[in-house]
Parts: sequence; C-alpha cells; structure tokens
Amino acid sequence: MARVVYVDNNATTRVADEVVAEMLPYFTELYGNPSSMHEFGGQVEHKIAQSRARVAALIGADPSEIVFTSCGTESDNAAIRGTLESWPDRKGIVTTRVEHPAVRNLCRHLARQGHELVEVPVDRDGRLDMDRLRQAVTENTAIVSVMWANNETGVVFPIEECSAIAHAKGAVFHTDAVQAVGKIPLNMAASTNIDLLSLSGHKLHAPKGIGVLYIRKGTRFAPFVVGGHQESGRRGGTENVPYIVGLGKACELAQANLKAERERVRRLRDRIEAGLLSSVPNSIINGEGASRLPNTASVSFEYVEGEAILLKLSKLGICASSGSACTSGSLEPSHVLRAMGVPFTAAHGSIRFSLSVYNTEEDVDFILAEVPPIIARLREISPFWKKRTAWGGTPSYCR
Amino acid sequence: MWDYTEKVKEHFDNPRNVGEVESPDGVGEVGSLACGDALRLTFKLGEDKRISEAKFQTFGCASAIASSSALTEIIKGMTLEEAERVTNQDIANYLGGLPEKKMHCSVMGREALLAAIANCRGEKAPHEESDVVCQCFGVTRKEIEEAVRLNRLRSVEQVTNYTKAGGGCGSCHEEIGRIIERVLAEQGAPEGQPARLSNIQKMKLIEKTLEREIKPALQADGGDIELIDIDGAKVLVALRGTCRACAAAEVTLKQYVEQKLRELVSPELIVEEVR
Repeated sequence: MARVVYVDNNATTRVADEVVAEMLPYFTELYGNPSSMHEFGGQVEHKIAQSRARVAALIGADPSEIVFTSCGTESDNAAIRGTLESWPDRKGIVTTRVEHPAVRNLCRHLARQGHELVEVPVDRDGRLDMDRLRQAVTENTAIVSVMWANNETGVVFPIEECSAIAHAKGAVFHTDAVQAVGKIPLNMAASTNIDLLSLSGHKLHAPKGIGVLYIRKGTRFAPFVVGGHQESGRRGGTENVPYIVGLGKACELAQANLKAERERVRRLRDRIEAGLLSSVPNSIINGEGASRLPNTASVSFEYVEGEAILLKLSKLGICASSGSACTSGSLEPSHVLRAMGVPFTAAHGSIRFSLSVYNTEEDVDFILAEVPPIIARLREISPFWKKRTAWGGTPSYCR
Repeated sequence: MWDYTEKVKEHFDNPRNVGEVESPDGVGEVGSLACGDALRLTFKLGEDKRISEAKFQTFGCASAIASSSALTEIIKGMTLEEAERVTNQDIANYLGGLPEKKMHCSVMGREALLAAIANCRGEKAPHEESDVVCQCFGVTRKEIEEAVRLNRLRSVEQVTNYTKAGGGCGSCHEEIGRIIERVLAEQGAPEGQPARLSNIQKMKLIEKTLEREIKPALQADGGDIELIDIDGAKVLVALRGTCRACAAAEVTLKQYVEQKLRELVSPELIVEEVR
C-alpha cells in the first residue's frame, strides 16, 4: 500500500519511536525480574517505579495509586468485579447505554448472575441524562461506572458531577477513561470522588497489551487477578516490564505535548468536519452539540452504508471505522448511535475519523478531496438517494 | 475485515448494470433502509420473452452491491422460468463465494428477483404472502423456509447469516428452530450423505459423484471431466472434449459441477479447473 492516512486512532495508535527505543533494552540486556533480590533485577524495579511516576503525573495521581494491568478491558473487569466483591451487601450496578463493550457486556453478564443493572440513557447529542442518573443511584448501588469519553463519538461526560452523585449514595465510582487519557487533561488530585479509573496503553502511542487501573488511596478493592505480591498485592503476575516502561514513556510524551497537540489536532478535526459538511449534502456530525474530544469526528452520510464507504476509503489508503451494522459482525448499527436516536437513514452510514499527533494538514486535504466523490458514487447506486424516501418500514430495534 | 473474494471486490469496484431500466416489465424491491440493505431490481423482456436488460440499485455493504451486480449478469438472457430457478447459492458461486455471515446478501438478490418476476406476472411477491417471523428485520416465514430448504441450513445462527432473521432482539429464535426442524424433516436426509464425512469418505464420494452424476451429463454433450486432485475443500478438475473449448465452461463448472458436489457431498466444496 503506497500511502496510508491513518485516522483510526480511537481503535489503536502507532507506537511512538521514543517509546520503542525506551522499551528495547528491557527485552535484551535488562531482562531481570523486578521482584528478585539481586541488583540485576533491582535496577528493573527502579525503572518500573519511574514509569509508575510518569503515569501518575499524567493523570495527577500518586504513584502508589497506579496498578499495571494487561489492557483496558482487564482494568474494567478488575474495577467492577473487585468492587462488587468488596461490597457484598450492595447489589446494584449503574452504568450508561453507550459504554464500550468492555464495561457494557461485563455489566450485562453480571446482571444475568443476579446483580441489578441500570443503563442510563443519553440524548440526541450523546449527552448523559443526569436526572436519570440521579434516580438510578440508590443506597443499594455498589458501583457507578461511566466512561469519561465515548470511543465512537468522542462525547465527554461530566465525570466530576457523575462521581459526586455516586458518592452521595455511598457508591464506588469508576470511569473507563481509555479514550480520554492523553487527549484531555485529567487530574485525580483535583477530584475527590473518582475512586477507580481505567486506561489503556495502545490508545496513547504505547503498545497493545498494557493497561492501568488507578485505585484511589483508601478505596476498598479485592484483586481480580489473584497470585503473587506484585503491584502491592492488587494484581498478581510478573510485571510486563518492557511494556510498563513503554507506557511510562508514552505518558511522559503525552503530558509534554498535551496542550499544543490538543489545539493542533482539534484544528485538523474541525477542518475535516467543516469540509465534509460543506461538500457532502445530507451529512451529519454525531454529537455535534456536546462537549467532545478534540480528535474525534463521527460523520453520518445519509442513504449510504458504512462498510461500503470504508472499503472504498481503504483502497485509497485511508483507514477509518464505522458504526454501521455490516462492519460490526452484528446486523444492527452501533449501540451508541442507536442510544442517541440517530435516524436510521444516517446510522448505517456513519464514519469515524479519529486523529492523533501524527496526522498532518496533508492527511486532511487528502480526506477532503477523496471522501465526497466516494459518497456521491455510492449514492448513485443507492435506490433511496434521488427520492430521499425509503420502503420497507422501520425495524423494531429502531423504534 | 471481511474476507471477500477478488470477484466480490471487483464487482463492488465496478458494479455492472447500475440504475433503472426504462419502462420495466418487472420491478422488485426488497430489504429496507432501516435494516441496512435494500435492493431494487428492474428488468425488461425482449421479443423472445427472455430478459434483455436488467439493472439494480442497492443500498448496502460491499457484498450486497456485488451480489446485486452478479444477479443482473446472471439473469440476462434467461426466460422467467429459468430466472426463477436461480438460487442465492448461484449468486454466491458466481462471486467465488461469500463470507458465511454475508450470505443474506445473496438471499436478498434472489428475493428481489422473485419479487420482480411476480411483479412482471402481475402477482404478489412471494415473500409478502406470509406472516412475519422476525419483527426486527421483517423476515417472513416463507423467506426463512426457503432459505433453509435451498441451503440446507441447520442452525438458527445459519438462518440469521442467510436471512438476517433472528439477528436483532432474538425473541424469534425458538420459532426459527421449529421452522428448521419441520423443513428438514419434510426434506429428509440427502441420499448417501452421512452427518460427517472422514477425509477418505469425502474423497470417495466426490469420485463417485463425478463418475455417476456429473460425467454422464457432460458426456451427453460431447464433453468430459477428470478428477485431478482434492486439496481440503478444493476439488481440482480438468475439462476434456468439447468442454475444453466451450465458452460456457466456467458456468458449467461453477453452476453445475460445484453445485452438484455441494449438494451431494459437502456444502463447502470449491471446484477449480486445472489447465
């Protein structure tokens, strides 16, 4: 493939060169076990401590509050299962309708095992219904889990307010911040109500296979992976040293670049949105009215189907993703767009462009030049475009 | 990412016969925008009562567009009676196969075709004359029965892959299960086809089927076929006699030989020609 315009950074990111360089020695010369009693292993332990401090600095936490895990999904499982185990008298779980499957499917699984689950709805722009959240949290609620930012639309939830609602009823508050960390500033020291937070390395230019669970000091927590004494007894298993080192470096880079890149990436994103809206009729920005991450654009093109768009884009080297049914392996469009009530004329034709620090103005120029003709061509094939009407009625999942 | 054949990609990139036939003799509309794919097929009959022109408009994924394109190519030149016998498997075969979860795209093609033929004859589309089993995707009993019968589907998951029925809320799964049981019972087990074949059984059965079923038919037209090798699901054959020079050889290979082997031996078989 000649040219690659990678705008699928909410799926995964390129590992930064600096990160790879920092990791490499820990595969070869510095392969010791940090738990060993010799200096050879001890030097590795020092490096892990440095990484822990770097991660903590990025989110304004204390290094002792950082637990390394294998991925975001493990962090979510550890947070939710660990809390339920610690609060056996409380049976309730409160979450949202738009969570990532790591939280959504886990909570639904737990509900089948006897927990009471409430999924709080969102409005047309993807904003959380705070009144419904307030009603849902009771004295029986063990944990409230609300994502910081949505992976599909980039919509950012008012986490401080959500966590205060949880604490008012004595519930533990967890947030899946996988999409937020490194993209917007987070400060655990300034918050008093966030007890648990999940983050994932590969969303911020560290490799796949490394995650973190932040556990606020004093939070009751039962370990999910039970084994050795690693991570102060909160997560068993020999430390994944090179990846921990890589994540530490990635967090340091993210912190240094956060402000400048946030503004630059936002400008690129805004150019994509404005450019597509003006050149492609019947296109919609999902979540436009909400507070959003600076890197994410979710654009729906009415009367065409997302997988077909993605394949045409892919042929040109443009890598994006879609909330359409055909891409998910299921037959329904994304649960996030459905929860938002995106009309079905648009839900099937949604494309997500998610940027990173590696994207350039030329990338945006290329996208703005190539996308409109693709949509026009697919609309020529579509039976609905000219008439703007549909036959066949509305399936029950749309109602 | 879906594992599409080159032929699917090619028909997606360069779809044949896009648009609408002027003053058509048959119009078929199936699927819906809400459900994620829809197909409008129009065709015209020539003076010889054969389909002289066929065009499609499709809203859907790459395999839906490719299946529609394939459908229009397949039916051109056919009489209504011939077109009626085109199955979803013919459409999938024409494209070198479709991913299992995308088979519903080929079924949509057949349904649009039947609807257009019915329209041409002034009848109601067959899928409309039946009660809806899957409310989520508006799939009727008739559609499910036919997909089960033609493709010998054995599980609810397969029915979902082929018709989308059961792919939403899941409340119709039991009903689909009953339809499968009933249709398969009516159909009876296919002759000489044990539930699961060992490799050696499969090879012997392929050989036997070629000798007894396929060769005589080809020889009747002055052609012949020779089994060269069997590699997993791939059956490598060489065409002999008049078949070698015949322009319709590939159609014969895919639509007759492969179809027959799939029917009588195993549904995953792929026939390829060795030159």
